[in-house]
Amino acid sequence: MKGQGLKAYVILYLVFLYAPILLLPMFAFNSGTVIAFPLQSFTTSWFVEIFTTKALIEATRNSVFIAVSVAILSTCFGLFAARAATRYNFPAKGGIVGFVMLPLVLPEIIVAVSLLVVLIQAGLSTGIWSVIAGHVLICTPFSIAILQGSFANMDKSLEEAAIDLGETPLSTFRLITLPLVAPGIIASLLICFTISLDEFIIAFFLSGNEPTLPVYIWGLLRFPARVPVIMALGTLLVALSIILLITAEYFRRRGLRRAGKRDVGGFL
Amino acid sequence: MAMARSFDLGRILRREESKGLALIAPPFVYALLLLAAPLGAIVLFSFWTQDFMTINRTFTLDNYREAFSDPLYMELLSRSLRISLAVTAITVLLAFPVAYFVSFHVAPERKSLWLFLITIPFWTSYLIRVFLWRVILAYDGPVNGTLVGLGLIEEPLAWILYSANSVVITLAHAYAPFAILPIFVSLEKIDRSLHEAGRDLGESRVMVFLRVTLPLAMPGVLAAVLIVFIPTIGDYVTPRLVGGSDGTMIANMIQTQFMRLNNAPMGATLSVLAMSMVGIVSLVMIVLTMRWTRGGKSK
Repeated sequence: MKGQGLKAYVILYLVFLYAPILLLPMFAFNSGTVIAFPLQSFTTSWFVEIFTTKALIEATRNSVFIAVSVAILSTCFGLFAARAATRYNFPAKGGIVGFVMLPLVLPEIIVAVSLLVVLIQAGLSTGIWSVIAGHVLICTPFSIAILQGSFANMDKSLEEAAIDLGETPLSTFRLITLPLVAPGIIASLLICFTISLDEFIIAFFLSGNEPTLPVYIWGLLRFPARVPVIMALGTLLVALSIILLITAEYFRRRGLRRAGKRDVGGFL
Repeated sequence: MAMARSFDLGRILRREESKGLALIAPPFVYALLLLAAPLGAIVLFSFWTQDFMTINRTFTLDNYREAFSDPLYMELLSRSLRISLAVTAITVLLAFPVAYFVSFHVAPERKSLWLFLITIPFWTSYLIRVFLWRVILAYDGPVNGTLVGLGLIEEPLAWILYSANSVVITLAHAYAPFAILPIFVSLEKIDRSLHEAGRDLGESRVMVFLRVTLPLAMPGVLAAVLIVFIPTIGDYVTPRLVGGSDGTMIANMIQTQFMRLNNAPMGATLSVLAMSMVGIVSLVMIVLTMRWTRGGKSK
């Protein structure tokens, strides 16, 4: 009886979690220009409009370029930090790793504002590169969290065996470590890409006159007539992130299987 | 001989240490340059003043004096704190049963599927999600429509949109996975035989929950509280889109100071005040939880 009540609650909670996402496609295919009920007739014209709006395509290009660069840079940093944290002991380890992980809990507006102040004082212009710099800062902790899991699951004796059998540290890393950690690397790349693609505050402050997709969407939200296009765009983005996430999850599980570990928990 | 060996061991340890330091150096230096230095700059700025475009670099406490004497700034700071605390309490309370359900009532091989199900909505465009809450909570939106349709209320509720309430609801939605995951992790770590022991010793289900499960889950609850509380205080998008004038928070004012009023020092001062407030409240929560858990153990 108690278990049933709990289950009913959890299902209600899931409805609460999914409510906005379920509404999204409704309005994306709705011909009415006002985002409200009741719905009108079915249309795909909002989707067509996405691909004919030049500024939107430009913003998407900026966002994808930023997200790819951020994914690669953050994952490299994540690899360094996760390897150091799981394999070596060094002075002030907790403090150093904790500091690198700090952006995970810092309000994003603080990160954005402080970077903006420094850039302006240094006389540098803002743009795509400064958004990349800011996003790497907030994505690195996620990458470290994912890769720490991968490194911790790896059997250390495999590397030692390779060294004993005459491999150099570099070839050991390439032949043993990298293949074992590869699923974690792919998961980290995908997660960082997704976070960067969706991030708004830092991009809002630091993108200058090169808007990212969220910054462009933010501008559109002020024009009611343009909102259905955003709904269509949102539907595409939701579909894209779900595909990316399922891929990331697939690789994470494959990594666990390869390391011979039982599956416990999700990404974080 | 013994000395030579310990010398070797020391050298190996040092080599290990320097290897670790060399590996951590790139991300650490990056964080120093792009996080520590800018945060330092913000603190420095808060003691300067700005007259149109020129920064006056003489040290002064004027900004802090102004911030503390202006009722608007004080109201925004305290409102941000109130909203964040409400969001934290609601999010964690709503999340706990969900984490409990997944940890205790779901078969082990299906747990990660459930967690995946919970995290999916969180990975979709934040801006659009917040905007959709505006649609959901609108005067003629589905929530009011359903309530009126069921005959629970006579006419649509006006107070659920463009107020502090809508900010709290929207943020509680946005931070849900952040609360569920840490609580789930700490529940998973609990040794299940402790429950059996409690039951065998004659405690009721409720007492076992209160005296075994809850104290052992506290580290996860604390982590959830901090991970929701700290970022929500600086949220900009939600108050702007669904908050109306009653739901405006400190981040909106910080943005206005920097981007509209060209008063970076005042923006920096408000940032420092907001961060100090978050830091102090978080420390108090950590200390209280630690004391409470320890008190529970000694009983």
